[in-house]
Amino acid sequence: MSRTTALVPVGLFLAIAAALGLGLSHNPRVLPSTLADKPVPVFTLPPLVEGMAGLKTDDLSSGGVVLLNIFASWCGGCRYEHPMLMRIASDKRVTLVGINWKDNPSRGATWINDYGNPYKLIGEDSSGRTGIDLGVTGVPETFIIDHGGRVRYRHAGPLTPEVWNADIEPVIVQIEERSRRTP
Amino acid sequence: MKSNEKISLLSAALLAALWLVAGQAFAVLPDEVLNDPVLEARARHLSQDLRCLVCQNQSIDDSAAPLARDLRIIVRERLTKGDSDEQVVSFLVARYGNYVLLKPPFQADTMLLWFGPAAFLLIAAGVSTFYFRTRRTPDGTANTPLTEVERLQLAKLVKDI
Repeated sequence: MSRTTALVPVGLFLAIAAALGLGLSHNPRVLPSTLADKPVPVFTLPPLVEGMAGLKTDDLSSGGVVLLNIFASWCGGCRYEHPMLMRIASDKRVTLVGINWKDNPSRGATWINDYGNPYKLIGEDSSGRTGIDLGVTGVPETFIIDHGGRVRYRHAGPLTPEVWNADIEPVIVQIEERSRRTP
Repeated sequence: MKSNEKISLLSAALLAALWLVAGQAFAVLPDEVLNDPVLEARARHLSQDLRCLVCQNQSIDDSAAPLARDLRIIVRERLTKGDSDEQVVSFLVARYGNYVLLKPPFQADTMLLWFGPAAFLLIAAGVSTFYFRTRRTPDGTANTPLTEVERLQLAKLVKDI
């Protein structure tokens, strides 16, 4: 057997190893949103906090870039990302809204009152059904929704400054640039 | 068979039986079970092919995760509303993507996944057959059968092992 034919299985092995290695580098916990580039499903949620309005689909396409954050009082990651959310609340480029998911509404309201409210609007989804329509698998999750009410990005896990810089802010900037170019 | 051996065999059989039965474990709670046994059977059957997105290698029928319970209840609700099996599945696929199916769908972009292993096996079989058929010893005496003398020598050697 010549040397070149002996190397064919090695080459084949390396090719397969490379393909599988690429597959292994994907994180199965990061499920691509099936809603990507699709409009947000229709929903109407009652308010969580007295005096505030609830949240419905139309609120998400009211003009600017909307960050939809899913949270719960029993969720440690939500507590962890809360300071970052308070900072995002004062970022003029985005409107931050929240859905209290699979939670006891009074506990959710208490959580907001205790730690501070970063959201312009909060919807209460104690049954979790709206979350399922959105493809939510856990908390916290954050969706980036553009001017037309379409989901552009979904981040599962706490919104840390690193995540903001690497993943979230670039998408927001991209959406804004595109909307400037096509008025 | 001595009694020691009998006990070992019995224990092994019992362990095997338990292991097989344990595989039947499911997570459906009594308050989820539908009154209509036909619908409930359909629900169980569908659930076994739907992935729990939290415990990702279990079906929603097996997983004790809260999300699995929600999805089990949704499957039952849709069936009660009159959805067909395909409609129930596409309801969930619309929200969670093809990843919610434990069996990947049979479509253009999953052909490699479905046929890949068999194709690799065939390629490997073909290559190794070709390799072994065309192999030669340095002086070219491969593939010639043993002479009578050589065969007797071999038999003697094998008996001595």
